[in-house]
Amino acid sequence: MFEAIAFYLFAFLTIAMFYIVVTTKQALYALTALAAGMIFISAFFFILGADFLGAIQIIVYTGAVMALYAFGMMFFDTTRGVKEKNGNKFIIVGLASLAAFLVVVIFAAPMVSENIVALNPVIEGVGNTQSVGVVLFTKYLIPFEVAAVMLLVAMIAGIVLAGKKMDLSLTLMSRAEIEEIKKQKNKKVLS
Amino acid sequence: MEIGLNHYLVLSTILFAIGLVGVMRRKNLLLLFFATEILLNSVNIAFAAISHYYGDLTGQMFAFFVIAIAASEVAVGLGLLIVWFKRHGSIDLDSMTSMRG
Repeated sequence: MFEAIAFYLFAFLTIAMFYIVVTTKQALYALTALAAGMIFISAFFFILGADFLGAIQIIVYTGAVMALYAFGMMFFDTTRGVKEKNGNKFIIVGLASLAAFLVVVIFAAPMVSENIVALNPVIEGVGNTQSVGVVLFTKYLIPFEVAAVMLLVAMIAGIVLAGKKMDLSLTLMSRAEIEEIKKQKNKKVLS
Repeated sequence: MEIGLNHYLVLSTILFAIGLVGVMRRKNLLLLFFATEILLNSVNIAFAAISHYYGDLTGQMFAFFVIAIAASEVAVGLGLLIVWFKRHGSIDLDSMTSMRG
């Protein structure tokens, strides 16, 4: 009973928040609504018994990713309204509905056969975090390490890309000044 | 009223469709990234629900890796966006036509 109430409440809230994200014209509203939607999604993970995943959702998405977006938005001119594509609305809605239907088919196809066997069964008697750790550090150890290396590569790439020429404001300089700096330094700093 | 697996899959599909509409109607690249996050999150819900209803932890493992990939995608993508905005002063898709695609 309470599970049903919680599910419908958070489903409504999540859909409302994500609808705001895709329809609003203000980038700041979109950012705030997306952060709220991430928090509401973690509620589903807690309902489903995946406690560790819910905590990771809050820490990584709302803690790290949203903060990164918020800092990134300082570089962009987000105060002016966002332009939209004025395409054919029927094509957009039709394509989205078709894709959603395909997703349903993809999920329903293995369920019809009822042949699914649990590869890594939930371990009885221990908490979710412990059983996740057991599976993650035995069977999925190599992908875990590869993901760690990938995060390191992404961090270095982010530093190199965003930290380049932080002392100059390229948007406030005219094009002639930028060309002059290019010639002066005689190297490709403003690619 | 019992909440089953299909409830979660339908919710995940609705969120995926919302994200897809966002990807198709946005022109600003920052908001396109937001729509991509919605897509990834909707799939995570489906993974967690299947993991719960089949008693299998593999779904949660995949959800972890999806979160890790989303985090690194955001880092690299935002770096590229900042470089592009410094150079051209706009992150609309209309301004990215230098390759005449």
